[in-house]
Amino acid sequence: MTATTTAPRAATPVRTTEDRPHARLRAWATRAPLLPALVFMITVTQLPFVATLVISFFDWNSLYPDARSFAGLANYGEVLTDPDLRRSVWTTVLLTVAVVLASLVLGLLLALLLDRRFRGRGLVRTLLIAPFLVVPVAAALLWKHVLYNPEYGLFNGLLHYVGGPQPDWISETPLLAVEASLVWQWTPFMMLILLAGLQSRDHQQIEAARVDGASDWQIFRHLTLPHLRRYLELGALLGSIYIVQNFDAVFTITSGGLGTANLPYTVYQTFYQAHENGLASAAGVLVVIGSIIIATFALRVVSSLFREEAGRS
Amino acid sequence: MNVLRRKAPGLLAWFAGIVFFLPIAWMALTSFHSESDAATNPPSFAAALTLDGYREFFGVDGGASPWPALINSTVASLASTLLVLLLAFPAAYALSIRPVRKWTDVLFFFLSTKMLPVVAGLLPIYLFAKNAGLLDNIWLLVVLYTSMNLPIAVWMMQSFLAEVPVAVIEAAQLDGARLPTVLARVVAPIAAPGIAATALICFIFSWNELLFARVLTGVVAETAPVFLTGFITSQGLFLAKVCAASLVISLPVLAAGFAAQDKLVQGLSLGAVK
Repeated sequence: MTATTTAPRAATPVRTTEDRPHARLRAWATRAPLLPALVFMITVTQLPFVATLVISFFDWNSLYPDARSFAGLANYGEVLTDPDLRRSVWTTVLLTVAVVLASLVLGLLLALLLDRRFRGRGLVRTLLIAPFLVVPVAAALLWKHVLYNPEYGLFNGLLHYVGGPQPDWISETPLLAVEASLVWQWTPFMMLILLAGLQSRDHQQIEAARVDGASDWQIFRHLTLPHLRRYLELGALLGSIYIVQNFDAVFTITSGGLGTANLPYTVYQTFYQAHENGLASAAGVLVVIGSIIIATFALRVVSSLFREEAGRS
Repeated sequence: MNVLRRKAPGLLAWFAGIVFFLPIAWMALTSFHSESDAATNPPSFAAALTLDGYREFFGVDGGASPWPALINSTVASLASTLLVLLLAFPAAYALSIRPVRKWTDVLFFFLSTKMLPVVAGLLPIYLFAKNAGLLDNIWLLVVLYTSMNLPIAVWMMQSFLAEVPVAVIEAAQLDGARLPTVLARVVAPIAAPGIAATALICFIFSWNELLFARVLTGVVAETAPVFLTGFITSQGLFLAKVCAASLVISLPVLAAGFAAQDKLVQGLSLGAVK
């Protein structure tokens, strides 16, 4: 059974190459413009990951290069049982979920406001995008020193006017402090994606519903929200992919202290400061596995939007 | 009542816009205050303006000059953007105008590399750079930033090139023009606005990057974000200087971002949203 089905398939390409060398040449000519980019990408992104995978099976501290030995899955066991690393997994999840959800909700509210016509809409849009266009390290420094500083930061300055308390934001709520700065930067991103979604709605359908006496809430609940679903998914998934990898804010605001070290920071610290190459690689591989889970869903959403766009044009 | 109902969303939007912009406005104002006026509680809104913060940042009166870092960032961002365009443009052609077989699979391969976390390849890249003597070399960053931005550029350009009418290209080919000529003389001018937006977005991502730069550069090839990390620990009264530094280093990104505003979503969503 297998032999009969595979035989003709194997024979086909052979025949085509003998019969039509031109066709094969032309296929390569079509592929040629693609090859430099493809080869470059495979070399720079896939090879290092394979190396990471290999290193993750070794007990290797770069301070003791002679003591390198094969360790099997020991590094993975250590990563999964080490309380610090386990906490950093949890921190990564908390940070990502909180930031993505908060910026998605805020972004949706802002997109709904900006979807209406009002005086100065272009300017408001520009003001709202600005936080996303501050260099991430600069934004983190701004929050750390200029807003959060307990003695002369803007937050406590404004609280002073109303006679409020003077909290030490970063030491009292370290993770929340990091999250707030990231929500400020990522809300514009969500808003832009959702605004694009709102503007691609079928306006005739909405008019028809309004003529039939549907309320604003009914239109939002039954027409807008279902249409936005895929844009919300896309925002959530792309946001997750970027925020899971966040290094800048954690590094700048708390330097990974006070229980805010996420996985990228921990991996950085494990090999850059502790020189534990094998352990860092195992943690890196785990980050990749987590990302692949998110990415599988992300790719599915992107491809469904992609096919819809292709079908429309 | 009706007027309020009509005006309320606009007013709310203005309020939200101002709240979101406030930290940046405050950063800009503080950068023009003297250090003692910058660090007061309650804040001094109407303090005298001065350029001392900027003078401090640029190291006019001694201290580390940010110029080498700014120049390194400029070189890394511009060179990698150029390399990205050179690689992505022909690739996008082979994925849209004369698509190879299974072109969607290739497109999604590019996208999937973007989802591979940076930390996954960081260590081998570091070890390779150390053995090859490439640590603290700006050109290593150029190569890495190119790989970071290439998927975004391929996706964006693919969607822009798909809009170029095939008839125009066929006409040029009938006149005997070869592929490089067709790309440079016919396709590029039509897709120019899209290519420009792609370039601006790649520039932004390269300019912002910290993790690679932090691990792989030292004194010589330090970039602007790495220079900024020097401000992480407080150094007495230095708020005006921090604000000046953050603002100056963010200016190229703010400018590029506002210039590419309309195409920003498309780039950030990797071409999924138009």
